[in-house]
This record gives sequence, C-alpha cells and structure tokens, in this order.
Amino acid sequence: MTDQVYPSMSIADPHPPFVDGMQKLSTALGLTGLLMLILAWLNQFSGDSTLVWISLLLITSGTILYAWRQYMPLPEGIKNNGVWFGRLTSRGWLAWATGLVITFFYVCLYWYPGLVGLGAEGQSNTGLVAFFDPISMAIKDKPASQWFVYGVLYTLAILIFGVKFILKYRHNQYQILRTLSVMFFQLCFAFAIPELLDRLNQPSMDFKNMWPLNYYFFFDWNLDKLLSGGNLGLFMLVWGIAMILIISPILTYFYGKRWYCSWVCGCGGLAETAGDPFRHLSDKSLKAWKIERWLIHSVLVFAVIMTIMVIYTYLTGQSQILFLNSYNIREWYGFLIGAAFSGVVGVGFYPLMGSRVWCRFGCPMAAVLGLQQRFFSRFRITTNGGQCISCGNCSTYCEMGIDVRSYAQRGQNIVRASCVGCGICAAVCPRGVLRLENGTVDIKERTTAVRNIHVPVGEVKILS
Amino acid sequence: MKIVILGNGISGVTAARFVRKMSNHEIIVISKETDYFFSRTALMYLYMGHMRLKDVQPYETAFWQKNRIQLIRGEVSTIDFHEKILHFDPKFRAQETILGATPSSVSYDKLVLALGSATNKFGWPGQDLDRVQGLYSYQDVESMEKTSQDISRAVIVGGGLIGIEMAEMFHSRHIPVTMLVRESNYWDMVLPPEESKMVGRQIVEHGIDLRLATGLKEIKGNDQGQATGVITNPGDQIDCEFVGLTAGVHPNIRWLKESGIETDRGILVDEYLQSSIKDVYASGDCAQMRTTRAGRRNIEAVWYTGRMMGEVVAHNLCGNQVAYDPGIWFNSAKFFDIEYQVYGQVPVESSEKLETIYWEGDDGEKSIRLIFEKIQKE
Ligand SMILES: Cc1cc2nc3c(=O)[nH]c(=O)nc-3n(C[C@H](O)[C@H](O)[C@H](O)COP(=O)(O)OP(=O)(O)OC[C@H]3O[C@@H](n4cnc5c(N)ncnc54)[C@H](O)[C@@H]3O)c2cc1C
Ligand code: SF4
Ligand code: SF4
Repeated sequence: MTDQVYPSMSIADPHPPFVDGMQKLSTALGLTGLLMLILAWLNQFSGDSTLVWISLLLITSGTILYAWRQYMPLPEGIKNNGVWFGRLTSRGWLAWATGLVITFFYVCLYWYPGLVGLGAEGQSNTGLVAFFDPISMAIKDKPASQWFVYGVLYTLAILIFGVKFILKYRHNQYQILRTLSVMFFQLCFAFAIPELLDRLNQPSMDFKNMWPLNYYFFFDWNLDKLLSGGNLGLFMLVWGIAMILIISPILTYFYGKRWYCSWVCGCGGLAETAGDPFRHLSDKSLKAWKIERWLIHSVLVFAVIMTIMVIYTYLTGQSQILFLNSYNIREWYGFLIGAAFSGVVGVGFYPLMGSRVWCRFGCPMAAVLGLQQRFFSRFRITTNGGQCISCGNCSTYCEMGIDVRSYAQRGQNIVRASCVGCGICAAVCPRGVLRLENGTVDIKERTTAVRNIHVPVGEVKILS
Repeated sequence: MKIVILGNGISGVTAARFVRKMSNHEIIVISKETDYFFSRTALMYLYMGHMRLKDVQPYETAFWQKNRIQLIRGEVSTIDFHEKILHFDPKFRAQETILGATPSSVSYDKLVLALGSATNKFGWPGQDLDRVQGLYSYQDVESMEKTSQDISRAVIVGGGLIGIEMAEMFHSRHIPVTMLVRESNYWDMVLPPEESKMVGRQIVEHGIDLRLATGLKEIKGNDQGQATGVITNPGDQIDCEFVGLTAGVHPNIRWLKESGIETDRGILVDEYLQSSIKDVYASGDCAQMRTTRAGRRNIEAVWYTGRMMGEVVAHNLCGNQVAYDPGIWFNSAKFFDIEYQVYGQVPVESSEKLETIYWEGDDGEKSIRLIFEKIQKE
C-alpha cells in the first residue's frame, strides 16, 4: 500500500502518470457524442430521430464517468492541483481553442441562425437545429429553433457539470446544496416550465428571470403577450413586478445577493458548474475593480433608461423622446448588452477571463442586488484574521476577482457589492479564516475596519 | 530619518507598512530572495499549481511605489553597526530582478533585522549533496521544480509542518514519498496522542509511506555528487533521488555571529524588540526574547508573531514605546485535508491540574479538544 500513487486524469497535470481504461473510455464516449453534434451541424446526420438522444446520452455519460474517475478515488478535499499548469485551465492553446469555438457558436446563435440550420421562414430546419427537432417535437410538438438547441445544451451543461462540481466539492455541504439548487432552477424554471407552457399555447415565462436581467420584460410585445394571456398572463405580470419590488429585496436583505446569483440564476448556474475550472482567471487588480464599478453601473443606467423609454412609448405611442428613439435604443441594448456582452463575451470568454465576466462587469441585475448587498443586507463574510497566513487561495479562486485576502489579513469583514456568496473562498482557505454569515450579531459593525469574530450563543449547544 | 529593513518577509514588510502609516520617514527594504514580498506559507501552492508567484504576493507591485517604500534586491554580507552601514556581497547575482543594480552599501539611521530562518541540518553524512535540500525559500521551490522530472522517489526527513507540506507537494505530482519521522507518532511533541494518530492516518491514507520511529543515519550519493538513497536509523536502505530535510529551522543569523550584536540562538531583544545595539531592532523568526513570557517560547517562528512583531517594531521606530505582547498562543496548519487550529496551551500529556474533553467524529477525521483547569470542590 505504501507505494500507492493516486492517478489523476486532470488535463492540468504536468506529469500525468498514466491514463487508465475508464478514463480513456469516458473521454471517448464524450467526444463521440460531441462529434455527432458537429457532424449533424455539417448536415451529415439528418433523418434518424434517435441519434440526437444518443449523442446527448454519450456526452452526459462521458462527462460524469470522467468526473467520477477523477474525483471519487481521491479523499475528499480541495482539488486544485495543477490548475495553473493545464492547457485548458491556464490560458493554454486548449483554452483559446475552446473560447473560439464557444464564441463562434454564440455568434451563429444570435446573428446567423441559418448557419446552425434554422429553417428560413416556412422552411424546415437543417443541420444542428434539425438534429434537435425530435426532442422539440417530443416536448412541445413543434420543430426546434436555434434557441431550443441552445436551451437544451445549456441545461445539459449545468446538469452534467453540476454533477462534476458536486463530486469535486463533496466534502462541502453548502456547495452541494447550492449546486442542486441551480440545477433544479435551470431544469424546471428556465427549461421545462416555459417549454411546457409553450406546448399548451400559454404565454411562457421563466419565473425566476427578473428585470433588469430579463431586459425585455417591459417591451411592448412581452407586455402585450402577458396582457392578452388571460389570468395566467396577468399573474405573470404581477409576479414579475413583485419579484423586482418585494421578493428580491427581502431575500437580499436576509441572505445577500447569493440567494439569486449562486442559488437560482441561470447565468450564475453555468458559471459555477461548467465555468468552475476557470474561476481563478478573474482579474484581481485594483484596476479591474475600478473598471468593474464603472462598467456594471453604466449598464444598469443604460438598462433603466432604455426601459423607461420603452414603457413611455408603450403608454403614449410616441417613440421619439428628445433626440432619442426608443426603438433604436432598445435594439442597441439588445445587441450590445443582451447578445454581445452577456452571451458572446460572457460565456465565450470563460477560458480566458474567468467564468463570471458578465456577472461581474455587465449584469444590471447583479448591480442592483450588489448595491443592496453593500448598503442594506445582513450578508457578510467574517474573517478570523489572526489565523490568516496571507496565502492568497481565497483571492485566487474568487471568481468575482475580489481580493479577499486584503480583508482577511486585516481581520476585516468582507462586504462587497460584487460578492455572489459562492463560498469558494471559504472552501479553499487552508486555515478556516472565512465564514459566510447572515446573522444579526454585531450587524452594526458590519462594515467597520477591524472586528473580532463572534460565535453567537445560540450556535453553541451542549449536548450532554 | 532613514529606516532600513533587512528582510522582506512578513515581519519586515509589516514594519515598513506601519512606519509608513505613522510617518514620513525614508524606508528601504532589502532582500536577496525575491523582488517583492510573498507569502512563505504559500510556497507549497506554487509547486502544486494552485497559484503563481503573482498570486502569493499580497500587494500589487504598484503598492511599493505608492507608499514610498524603496526596494533593493541584494545580499548583505556584513553590517558595520558602528558606522551604521550595510555592505552588499558584490558576487551576488539576483535572478529575474526588475529592481535594478544593487548598490555596494547602504547607510541607515535605524535598522530592523528581519532575517527569517534557515533549514536545520544535523551533520548527517551526505547532507550537502546535490538534491538534498530543505523547504524555506523561493529558490528551494525552484530547485524542487527543476529536479522533479528525474525523481522516482523522494525521502523526507522530519515529521513537522514543513515535512508534511513537502510530502503533499510531491504527492500532487505523483512522486512517491517516504517520510521518516523520528518520533513514534507524527508531531507528537506538539499534538496529543489522539490528534497525532489522526494525522498519521491521514498521511497514510494519502498514499505516503510513513515510517515512524525512524531516523536518518546517512545519505548516499553517486560520483556526480547527487543523492541516490538514504540509510535509516534501524538500518534500512531506501533508494531515492531526492532528500528533503525538514527537521525544523533556526534563526538565520550565523553570518552575524562576528558582527558584535548579541545573539544566542537568535538575535537577543528586549520587550521593545531592541537588540543589544542602539537603533537596531530584530523582528520575526530571527528574534529571541530575552525574557520568556508565561505560556510562550522565546523564539516563535510563525507567521502571525512575525506580523505582530513587525507592527511593534514600527511603533518603536517612530518613537512610541510599545512593548511586544502577543497575548495567548494560537496557531493553525493543514495536514493534507485536515485543518488544524489551536488556541492556548495544549499539553501533550495529561496532568494533575488540567482536565480534557476530547471528541472525535466517526470518520476519524474531525476532532475537538477542550482543556481546562480542575477546580477542587470543597
Ligand atoms: C514552507 C513553509 C510553510 C510555513 N507555513 C506556516 C504556517 O502555515 N503558519 C505559520 O504561522 N507559519 C508558517 N511558516 C513560518 C513562517 O513562514 C515564518 O515564520 C515567516 O515567514 C517568517 O517571517 P520573517 O519575516 O521573520 O522572515 P522571512 O519571511 O524568512 O524573511 C526574511 C527575508 O530576509 C532575507 N534575508 C535574510 N538575510 C539576508 C541578507 N543577509 N541579505 C539580504 N536578504 C536577507 C531572506 O532572503 C528572506 O527573504 C512556514 C514556513 C515555511 C518555510
Ligand atoms: S485563503 Fe485563508 S489563509 Fe489564505 S489568504 Fe485567504 S483568508 Fe488568509
Ligand atoms: S468573495 Fe468568496 S463568496 Fe464572494 S464571490 Fe468571491 S469567492 Fe465567492
């Protein structure tokens, strides 16, 4: 036993000792599934309706088997060995290639859906979109669109990489719970419920997708759709507004923005699961923080102005306001923020700039929740500063680029607008310095410079 | 006033930062090791690929200029305490420096010696061979990196905190490790038996060949002067291409022995951290308190005491007499996946006066120990 060396299948390992049969098999399975998608895209595969299921099954089983083999034989604990050596995880050629492929895919989705096979007006689909027709028919009795393909792949990614994430962090209850939560919300709220409503010819809606992230909530076509959608449509309208004005502020007051960004949101969900291998790539510099504050609040202002104009136009029928045209503005918003920023840059740049580029620099929802978290919330990360060895694991693995260490080594609470409460900083800290808290004990000193940690009396139980 | 700080570790840098907070004095920080301060405690993570050098540096490079802290890269070979001048070793060549040329000497009004520690070697035959080294400096990690390609087994001598880190480092690269621990349980001079055994189990669970009650007798080498194996104290031979010496550290002051400053194992300082020479202070690993406090040792080579001392030194440099008072002892470590924290004195053996409660989880990987004084009921 003494000579036993545990193998690793990490692409990151600079000295991979060997690759065992199971690892080869799972890689082959996953790649075959992926290859089938590419062949379908190239129109080599049309006709057989079972092939798409097989392809997705191969990808799923390949990924999960691979992750199983990678993590389960190892004792529980933090698994960051070799992260900065890997071709995929440290901006090597594999990272650039992956980034390029994802970016290309997004560009096609948004602006050239014909390239992925969306049938022009009245014509049937070809290529990749046609490949997904059988699934779409099964779920909603309609042929697929490029957004359906995207929805399926997106949801699948959150599910399978969610499983991988849970295996990786299986020693950490918080990580398991919040990952199950994003998997659930993606599968049910973002995917299944809207598609089924669509099948029933009801107005469809992702009930958890709030304005201003859901920037078209107040667009005329959406309001018309909801207003003409009977009781359900009306409920959706009320729900959407209640989410913004009541539910979200209350939850954010008690739990910080994490209830949304790390437990519910689909963008956050993908970032936490598929994006997990890239979290350390976020820029930690003061300069990046400055850019972040300017950019994200500008987007928020943009979103608010755009929405006010759109509502004004809806109510008055006038599209010209001063020198601006509300239709132009909203088109620009859709193009720049909705598509280019949140989609292309947001996901395509995962392997280069980290997984939360959009959440950190662009998301207007995160900006709103962040302001509230900063000034009106119980959430904070407390630090046991005496034990901090300034190692930097926390800062390095913070996907939001927060220099957690700079607070921890001074024993200062971390109250930052951008913190999504993912808890990874606390997980990777080798000295147990950090703790995510919502409690009310000395809440008044939440933002003061130097504090001590407190264990509330209620948390100490004497069992016998 | 010109304040020179020799050593850019946690202690020297904390002193510099606090002097800047409190005053406008000229500040120069000197080191031979790296241009910028980094966390020594995070060295293992560099080798394991968790972080890059940049990530283990707690301050951005612009910080030093912004705070008007001048940095010099160079090795000080002698100090003339009478003339208040530090002389640099002209032969020293820094690798990868962007700080510019080293001057030949630097004068000071007040000096802080924050020299850190050096690896213990106990006169083992073969201890100076190639591929035999400790783990203390950035250069130590670099040389581990360089030799790693050719290692089929590493032997690590010493069962302390650095030894287990070195084992974890090699383990992360799939290099088999044998750990020689002289004691009959891992770190049992510090850990009570239950905790010590728990860590021992953890080491073995991670696939390390842990040899308890085994010392190092001799290191074998080949014609090129490289280590090829060790002979243990019961007399076993273990072939290996790397020997890690991790049997503790000592204050890095041997080069100062002839300089006139009063030393014992470390540089002797009073409660204001002043040495035997006026205007010269010592701080961090290299300082030895003349009077030992109850419940503490007179040399404590840990991160947070270095930080506290640095702060105290800064106050005294700036004219506020502040005595060093570290409060109760605490510390922390991580043994593979087990995190460890201690507050106050935890004796290894039970005693008449103290009572202990120990709880251990069913998985054998979590535990809590409470220690308190017995009060006799009348
Ligand atoms: C691998 C490792 C892990 C550790 N982990 C922990 C831990 O988890 N917790 C903990 O509390 N402690 C830990 N320690 C101990 C802790 O790192 C030290 O106590 C602390 O770094 C000492 O800081 P210092 O400022 O006194 O000295 P150092 O950090 O050693 O700084 C001294 C500097 O002075 C320079 N110097 C010395 N002489 C000269 C000269 N003549 N000319 C120019 N430059 C010179 C040296 O090159 C060095 O850069 C660890 C140590 C090591 C090696
Ligand atoms: S990971 Fe923990 S010990 Fe390291 S710098 Fe952050 S808070 Fe400090
Ligand atoms: S500070 Fe910690 S909890 Fe907040 S986003 Fe960064 S890693 Fe996540």
